[in-house]
Amino acid sequence: MGAPPHGHDHDHDHQVVPSDPALRVKALESLLTEKGLVDPKALDALIDKYEREVGPRNGARVVARAWVDSSYKRRLMQDATSAIAELGYGGAQGEHMVVVENTPEVHNLIVCTLCSCYPWSVLGLPPVWYKSSPYRSRAVIDPRGVLREFGLELADETEIRVWDSTAEIRYLVLPERPAGSEGLDETELAELVTRDAMIGVAKVAAPSMGASA
Amino acid sequence: MNGVHDMGGMHGLGPVQYERNEPVFHAPWEGKTLALVLAAAAWRKWSLDAFRYQIELIPAAEYLRMSYYEKWLTAVTERLVQSGLVTRAEVESGEPAAGSRKATPPLTAAQVPAMLRSGVLATRDTVLAPRFQTGQPVRTRNINPTGHTRLPRYARDKQGTVDRDHGVYVFPDTIAHSLGENPQHVYSVRFTARQLWGEQASPRDAVYIDLWDDYLEPA
Repeated sequence: MGAPPHGHDHDHDHQVVPSDPALRVKALESLLTEKGLVDPKALDALIDKYEREVGPRNGARVVARAWVDSSYKRRLMQDATSAIAELGYGGAQGEHMVVVENTPEVHNLIVCTLCSCYPWSVLGLPPVWYKSSPYRSRAVIDPRGVLREFGLELADETEIRVWDSTAEIRYLVLPERPAGSEGLDETELAELVTRDAMIGVAKVAAPSMGASA
Repeated sequence: MNGVHDMGGMHGLGPVQYERNEPVFHAPWEGKTLALVLAAAAWRKWSLDAFRYQIELIPAAEYLRMSYYEKWLTAVTERLVQSGLVTRAEVESGEPAAGSRKATPPLTAAQVPAMLRSGVLATRDTVLAPRFQTGQPVRTRNINPTGHTRLPRYARDKQGTVDRDHGVYVFPDTIAHSLGENPQHVYSVRFTARQLWGEQASPRDAVYIDLWDDYLEPA
């Protein structure tokens, strides 16, 4: 990704369409704005929403609630879209949600082999590796190898369920609550929950005692 | 289409490159591209599946070379031209054609929160009897359409078991080509890793794939 090592080479300045995506976007934005096809303030509002508001902290709150409230967890497993909406999350790329639960016997992993489908409403926009060819190609055929690259070695007896998001249903993994978290409240629990654990490429680590807050 | 985008099960694409503390966008133009794609979609000139198909049409070598948002930028530019919202000459010059009328954007900043909150429902209330029941063995069809499809190659002509019925959804294979919504049931179908990959695969593991009625036959 990013500019080639000799990015300041101007040999190719005279192509009709500039190859630098930053220039292409700038030209397209200016064209669409001048034609009245997009409102530049709406563009800013969209960017702001995903940079500052919609992200994995949403999903972490859902997970923490499920860990402390068994009736919430039951609703979440039966109708994830409604249960997640109880916490105020939903809409774009979270219209149809399913939550899959990790247990000592079953580990779940989410992928989209065909493009980049991802539950935006609870996890925000997907990281580059999730959208990358290596992850998309291998998660379905070699999930154990992929998880090993993430530092997660699962026992042979553990069943791995890989969910390929081929339709408009978006998946969220409910990770196992870590040992040693018994004394934590819902807010503290949510802080333990990582994006990677909710995709299924990591487990939630036990709270570190005495570490800096 | 049997494009390089349909990469489930491929080897040779390298190790997963993980970035710690990854920013939401790596450069301002990435955020701008996302915003342009969402704001342009508010014209409702194309479906999400048509946009996906446009990405699939990027030539294979380019597809593998481009970053994610470069693919989005290429696809949205193409959709804008094909829908008639802009001309290719305008894209190339970066300026509106002389005498073109100024439109009113369908999405304002004030409407952004509501637009994201409602999303776009792919479900339909159409009452349709499901062709398959939970627990029923099914076989995926052996189809190789040149258009858009969400039946991955690695899961064609394979036997699995219906795990759950998600309800009725619009059908990507037709909606991407403006051939109608063709609503039908979508099922989560469980395939054991060995059904998909043979004896080398773990006897424990499984892949669940969301599949439309038209992709399935009774096993």
